[in-house]
Amino acid sequence: MTDTALKLRPQVAPEPRTGQPLLEIRNLRQVYKKGAGLGDLVVLDGVDLTLRPGEIVGLLGRSGSGKSSLLRIIAGLNRPAGGEVIWRGKPLDGPTEGIAMVFQSFALFPWLTVLENVEIGLEALGVGPEERRRRALQGIDLIGLDGFESAYPKELSGGMRQRVGFARALVLAPELLLLDEPFSALDVLTAETLRTDLVELWQEKRLPISSMLLVTHSIEESVLMCDRVVIFASNPGRIAAEIKIDLAHPRSRHDEAFNRIVDQIYGLMTNPANLAKPAAGASAQPEQSKPGMSLVLSNVATTDLAGLMETLTGEPFSGRADLPELGDYLNMEVDELFPIVETLQLFRFAEVAHGDIRLTDAGRRFVDSDVDQRKRIFRDHLLQYVPIAALIRRVLDERPAHRAPYRRFSEELEDFMSEAFAEETLDAVINWGRYAELFAYDEDTQGFSLENPT
Amino acid sequence: MTAHHPSLAAAPERRFRINVWDFLVFALVIGALALVAFGGRQTVQPLDTVTRAPLSLDPVNLPNYALRTTLRMLAAMGLSLLFTFVYGAAAAKSRRGEMILIPLLDVLQSVPILGFLSFTVTGFMSLFPGNVLGVELAAIFVIFTSQAWNMAFSFYYSLKTVPKDLKDASDSLRLGAWWRFWILEAPYAAPGLIWNAMMSMSGAWFFVVASEAISVGRTTIALPGVGSYVQLAIDHGDMKAVGWAVLTMLIVILIYDQLLFRPLVAWSEKFRVDMSAVSQGPPPQSWFLDFIQRAQLAKRVWTPVGRVVHRLQRIRFAEFRMPPAVADVWASRKADYALASVMGLLALYAAFKVVAYVGTGVGWGELPRVVGLTGLTLIRVIVLLVVASLIWVPIGVWVGLRPKLAEVVQPLTQFAAAFPSNLLFPVFVLAIVATHANADIWLSPLMILGAQWYILFNVIAGASSFPADMREATASLGIKGWPWWRKVMLPAIFPSYVTGALTASGGAWNAAIVAEVASWRDTRLEAHGIGAYIADATAKGDFPRITLGVAVMALFVVLLNRYFWRPVFAYGSRKLGLA
Repeated sequence: MTDTALKLRPQVAPEPRTGQPLLEIRNLRQVYKKGAGLGDLVVLDGVDLTLRPGEIVGLLGRSGSGKSSLLRIIAGLNRPAGGEVIWRGKPLDGPTEGIAMVFQSFALFPWLTVLENVEIGLEALGVGPEERRRRALQGIDLIGLDGFESAYPKELSGGMRQRVGFARALVLAPELLLLDEPFSALDVLTAETLRTDLVELWQEKRLPISSMLLVTHSIEESVLMCDRVVIFASNPGRIAAEIKIDLAHPRSRHDEAFNRIVDQIYGLMTNPANLAKPAAGASAQPEQSKPGMSLVLSNVATTDLAGLMETLTGEPFSGRADLPELGDYLNMEVDELFPIVETLQLFRFAEVAHGDIRLTDAGRRFVDSDVDQRKRIFRDHLLQYVPIAALIRRVLDERPAHRAPYRRFSEELEDFMSEAFAEETLDAVINWGRYAELFAYDEDTQGFSLENPT
Repeated sequence: MTAHHPSLAAAPERRFRINVWDFLVFALVIGALALVAFGGRQTVQPLDTVTRAPLSLDPVNLPNYALRTTLRMLAAMGLSLLFTFVYGAAAAKSRRGEMILIPLLDVLQSVPILGFLSFTVTGFMSLFPGNVLGVELAAIFVIFTSQAWNMAFSFYYSLKTVPKDLKDASDSLRLGAWWRFWILEAPYAAPGLIWNAMMSMSGAWFFVVASEAISVGRTTIALPGVGSYVQLAIDHGDMKAVGWAVLTMLIVILIYDQLLFRPLVAWSEKFRVDMSAVSQGPPPQSWFLDFIQRAQLAKRVWTPVGRVVHRLQRIRFAEFRMPPAVADVWASRKADYALASVMGLLALYAAFKVVAYVGTGVGWGELPRVVGLTGLTLIRVIVLLVVASLIWVPIGVWVGLRPKLAEVVQPLTQFAAAFPSNLLFPVFVLAIVATHANADIWLSPLMILGAQWYILFNVIAGASSFPADMREATASLGIKGWPWWRKVMLPAIFPSYVTGALTASGGAWNAAIVAEVASWRDTRLEAHGIGAYIADATAKGDFPRITLGVAVMALFVVLLNRYFWRPVFAYGSRKLGLA
């Protein structure tokens, strides 16, 4: 990073008075229409959030928790279905001056050079060619891209591409910078470097911005960067908790206070009250008598389930692990780790409490078994704890031809959840059912049966 | 690279069922054709004097004729581009536009291009009575129709697949619709569009040659060009002149390829979004592009032009926003119904008119015969496709698995596909006349003469993109012989093959109109089929019969596409796609 004196902010934008919120969100609601006859899928419900100048706020949650939807609404890319978004005292109406966004996938125009990519936003603002060039070069310099002005994005590494994405947003001198998982498409080392650079620039007050809003699914990332972390729960997306982080920068992963906060967030995110997946979008419907049919399943590979149980059994965990440690050990983010953990919980192969995971006796037995025994244990638990699997088997047993179409079950599930969730849930059950040899499924005819190819 | 079939690629999202819309759209298209014929009919007769331009068989004239032919091609390409931008954008950006324009395009694609030559000739001639311009426009229009639909589909498809994050970035940077079009959408669509324009242009040589010399009723038209030169040579039975024409055409296509499309394709590489620098094969190169990019003079010429273009692309339009009340009404279901009703009534009216029009001149008793003739042509198309596939699939695989060889053969097949096969018809006709062979059988190969190359081209492309590791795996498993074909190679090339076969099928249907009837001096050969039926009716200026013939043929092609090609393509890309 070079020592550019920062005069990127145009004179017109006055420093907002401290205390006066930049952005206020009240009772925000977002739904996606599923089509005629079907209910709507609620992605955000009753979200309140206030953003003040000078803070970095993290939105943390699993995929599908609506945190990205919220960011897109603030960016003006989507309109909310209900509630208010007040930007600097006025209702927000589409993309606005003063808010810029950095994308997970960089979103650079491949046919424009680095310089042209950085200039394009200024050009759209009507900034003259010379001023434009000056500010673009300053931004490129600041973010450590000098020398690459005439390169095309495809000539750059991922990390450098994202720097262009940052430069493009920063030269607009936005008061609020939105970051949509900006580091998650980068490899671990590159992400770390870019993150450190960004925090450093922020600490030195060299960024021409007033606040940042960071969407992430990495707990550690949020604790490393943010002053405040807002934790989202899923189905429908809503704010589950908020944590203030007062640690001094630069923050270290090895710091005890740091790890306490990480543990605390893990605990919050594994709290059954926050994690419960009630039937998404079916909140209006009365609870039906069939228990558990409303359970949304994640399509987790059986090898991942077995792998995690084996890891837990082995050293250094011996059957019990602190979730953050386990995630660190396996180099897995919350997004990857939690579905596996939840599925193990569902099968009663593991128990989770206060951010710790512990194998049950059944889990241990599974690990100690050979292939056929494992299948048998898995099959028993599948039948017992996954109602939809039991239903499929029962229907197949009852029908004389032992066949049933996919639609028979997808439609039943759709009474309780959205079409997309129903599909994922059935995919998961098909996957597990095949492994357990509970039933067969033929993709061509879209039918379940009891035949196994011999 | 395979020949794109954007209409197919868009297909899996849609259903294969024929719905009411399709019928209405179909009626609209045929109705519009009949209307043109109806309006133009009266003005046709007094024109023979202008249109019989004096042509000479002296090869010295050929460069001039070739230039005229080429200019027609360029004019048509310009028109097609304009059409593509407007039509494709309208279809992609408006939900309602999409509802009407895409099925319309689908039907237009299926109407035999040379079938409505007679309509357009009379239509344009009535627009410019007594002037050769009308005829020129008619010829240009034929070329246009052979390019525009496919290009519009490609553009529409590109616009629909613009990456969402780039769209979001444009919105977030507040580029506005006009800027976004030039900064994001047009560049994104460029590689596909240019590739498609090149392929369409190859196909168009066939039609330009066919459209330059045509007789509608008593009107005989011969525009100065390579096509009419060949027609004259056929009338005179001058095989040497045919030879000269073939040579000229080869040179013209070569120049076109080297000076226009190779540079364009090489240039459009920079617009590929695929960020990974690794792609299959070396990027396309063009010596001419390198030359232009290095030449100072070219730069001087281009810079001012570029500046003007840039200015135009950066015009600021005030964002148009409908008042909320109007917008609500506009977006409502009721407006949908209103629009649908208007379109429906229009189509019903058109259908009624067509039926009445055909009824006056032909009598519906002829319908079964016409359907039967179309069936005959269908059988020909199927048999020819099977035969061509049996020949070219093994050869294509053999070539495709040898990268060095494929690199040489691939441009040659493209070249062969571009070459207007109708220039070679006299050679076949002469052979049939000499051997007294059965015209019903031996005229048929002419239909696939130009189209077969698409099969070869795509099979080579499919086979050469077969992953090396899978080749090694099959070799190490010792898979050979028939199992190798059935389990490995045929499934691997299937998606590419289908694309090629579909293109070939379309080409064969179009060629039927000129291939089922052929002549050499005073000898006239005719096969039984819908192509000959339309050609005969055209020669007699019998518009009701042309309308009937074209409608039935188009219907067959639409049905074939819906019930055969699309499901097959969808199956191929769903089950067998390697990507």
